[in-house]
Amino acid sequence: MTLVVTPRLEAAQLLTGAQAVAHAMRQIEPDVVPVYPITPQTPIIEEFAQMVADGRCDTEIINVESEHSAMSAAVGASVAGARVMTATASQGLALMIEVLYIAASMRCPIVMPLGNRALSGPINIHCDHSDAMLARDSGAVQIFTENGQEAYDYTLMAVRLAEDQRVLLPVIVNLDGFTLTHSAEAVELLPDEVARAFVGHYRPLYPLLDTARPTTQGPFDMPDFYYEHKRQQDEAMRGVLEVFPEVQRAYAEATGRNYRGYYEAYRLDDADFAVVVLGSTAGTAKVVVDTLRDEGQRVGLLKLWLFRPFPHAAVAEALRGKQAVAVMDRALSFGSWGPLFTEIAAALYGLPEAKRPRLHNFTYGLGGRDVTPDQIAEALTRIQDPRTPAVMRYLGVRA
Amino acid sequence: MMTGLSSNGETIRLKTLKELAEREQRELRFQGGHSLCAGCGVPLVVRTVLNAIDTPVVVVNATGCLEVATTRYPSTAWNVPWLHVAFENAAAAASGVEAAFRVLNRKRKNGRPIPFDLPEDVRIIAFGGDGGTYDIGLQALSGALERGHRFTYICYDNEAYMNTGNQRSGATPPLAHTTTTPVGEQSLGKLQQRKDLTEIAVAHHVPYVAQASISNWQDLVRKIQMAVQVDGPSFLNVLAPCQRGWGYDPSQTVEIARLAVETCFWPLYEVIDGEYRLNYRPRKPLPIAEWVKTQGRFRHLLRPENRHLLDALQEQVNREWERLLRKCEGRLLEV
Ligand SMILES: Cc1ncc(C[n+]2csc(CCOP(=O)(O)OP(=O)(O)O)c2C)c(N)n1
Repeated sequence: MTLVVTPRLEAAQLLTGAQAVAHAMRQIEPDVVPVYPITPQTPIIEEFAQMVADGRCDTEIINVESEHSAMSAAVGASVAGARVMTATASQGLALMIEVLYIAASMRCPIVMPLGNRALSGPINIHCDHSDAMLARDSGAVQIFTENGQEAYDYTLMAVRLAEDQRVLLPVIVNLDGFTLTHSAEAVELLPDEVARAFVGHYRPLYPLLDTARPTTQGPFDMPDFYYEHKRQQDEAMRGVLEVFPEVQRAYAEATGRNYRGYYEAYRLDDADFAVVVLGSTAGTAKVVVDTLRDEGQRVGLLKLWLFRPFPHAAVAEALRGKQAVAVMDRALSFGSWGPLFTEIAAALYGLPEAKRPRLHNFTYGLGGRDVTPDQIAEALTRIQDPRTPAVMRYLGVRA
Repeated sequence: MMTGLSSNGETIRLKTLKELAEREQRELRFQGGHSLCAGCGVPLVVRTVLNAIDTPVVVVNATGCLEVATTRYPSTAWNVPWLHVAFENAAAAASGVEAAFRVLNRKRKNGRPIPFDLPEDVRIIAFGGDGGTYDIGLQALSGALERGHRFTYICYDNEAYMNTGNQRSGATPPLAHTTTTPVGEQSLGKLQQRKDLTEIAVAHHVPYVAQASISNWQDLVRKIQMAVQVDGPSFLNVLAPCQRGWGYDPSQTVEIARLAVETCFWPLYEVIDGEYRLNYRPRKPLPIAEWVKTQGRFRHLLRPENRHLLDALQEQVNREWERLLRKCEGRLLEV
């Protein structure tokens, strides 16, 4: 399952994550993009607006007056029969949430990069995953990316995934605010023809603008149907577990970029102790794993790409038989365990006791607090002592 | 043949009742079988509007009585494409539909195949109640008007949140009893003025804004024809009485709407590219009491000790009417 997609340096460009995503959007050439600025997403839509202004792609940008309207216009355009993208972060996502649930229930394949940022209050513009977790149960698919390259590649893959007729759901592509959105690194873009051929043309299923065949969309449900509709929606979401690897395979065939599976396992197979993370922290964690391995510790990393739907069975298989696992949460669920932790715990619960690792939860990096290699090493060391109780711990916070 | 002036000064032919009836025979865009109350003013708005338009239409509907009572899954009263997203975002959702049409049409002209039967021309109509328009949806409406999407927003104004059982809105007239501004020992109903949404729409510099009433159907038909032909946003505020909320016999709906016009409580006027025109001038305006006394929500105003409230209401109506006349500067366009 291990894979690393390294850009071929001779073909790579120095791009911020935001620029990389904007290039993906240019190549996708969505029909309609309603947008509203918010740090750290703003450079995505600014870059893209310039590309449209320069005639490099034909897209109708709607400069809406709020994110609530951004998602509302996105739903309107998507139901109408257009290919639609938008992007946001933090408070913007919070303001969208009402409509995001509706977008999912109406099976709108809207692709949305999310520049992960803490939620107010206190107001804070820096990275954590509280915004993504707010959308956890919205019915949107969620992908987390480690670097600019992944953000670019998964934005393209998200379109295929969202528009697959077994799925037809909004897809959020998470990229850590600033760490990815604003930091330049080597990113290898696909040739435009390759990217365009990969995403292909959009074929809407029941477009509202097909006025000769009128449809009533978004009607009122009583108890006699609502439940069935929710069940269908859940089945569509579960279908992503089947379609996601297919899209990765198609991407590999079209581009030679070999992403495989719901997660990346880094030196995990023979590890006794593992750390689980989302997003850019995986880069730091890999360095830590390498260092500890050099010291003879059998440690590894599991970095999830797919967070919704949650690949419980595959995760259980990957962590089966480990002695202990540190789950790193960059968000709080006040009064409970971290949101990633509860998923991992649920995934492992079905394992036979002898194969079930001890679980530890570490909260870190809220509001853009730096996460250092030492902190991750501390987590990986702590869990090796079987007497360490599995409480939630904060890394890098003052008491 | 009846005619009206279009925004660019051309004469447009107005539909007659007979033509409307024939059109409905050919294509029933809004059907029976819905569960709106007997005597509800709203279906009159919808039928009149949809019937007055000849091109294909797409309807976007805010949450409210109209939406809930016409689309109970798996049935629908709509025989045109219809979309509901939420309460406060009909104008934003309509913006998306309009942008989608514009860009798909453009791409088609540039040779891109469109994988469905995209019409050559379409009119996008948004319907929202006063709650979804004056209050919670005002931001989205304002944004959409400012951006200049080509669509027509129609507020059916029944002067309160009726779908949730008659709570006050920004459109509820002063002194009306609602369930959240009840009349009681210490209270005389809603204490505040209603906001003037039509004027708020005018302030957006959109090409066409009008106020209409279900009682004056020809005027409404003409206004729709005017609204859908402008190249940009248009806004119509249509008074649509609610027998349950206002407290009157269901047979009286149209009559009560007419009284609102005859008392100058709900003047019929339009604003074309910023120019005001009065569309109807009662020969002799009726006292506001004539309208008030027809409705349970104003019953307390008829008590002798509240005479001064009625007088104050009358004064206010007079003031607003005169202000409107000044804006219209005698330009009367009657049909
Ligand atoms: C829901 C939401 N969306 C976006 C933002 C990001 N944001 C913060 S300030 C701001 C612009 C403020 O502009 P303006 O009101 O004109 O005040 P100015 O900064 O010019 O003083 C934006 C878009 C936010 N904080 N919350």
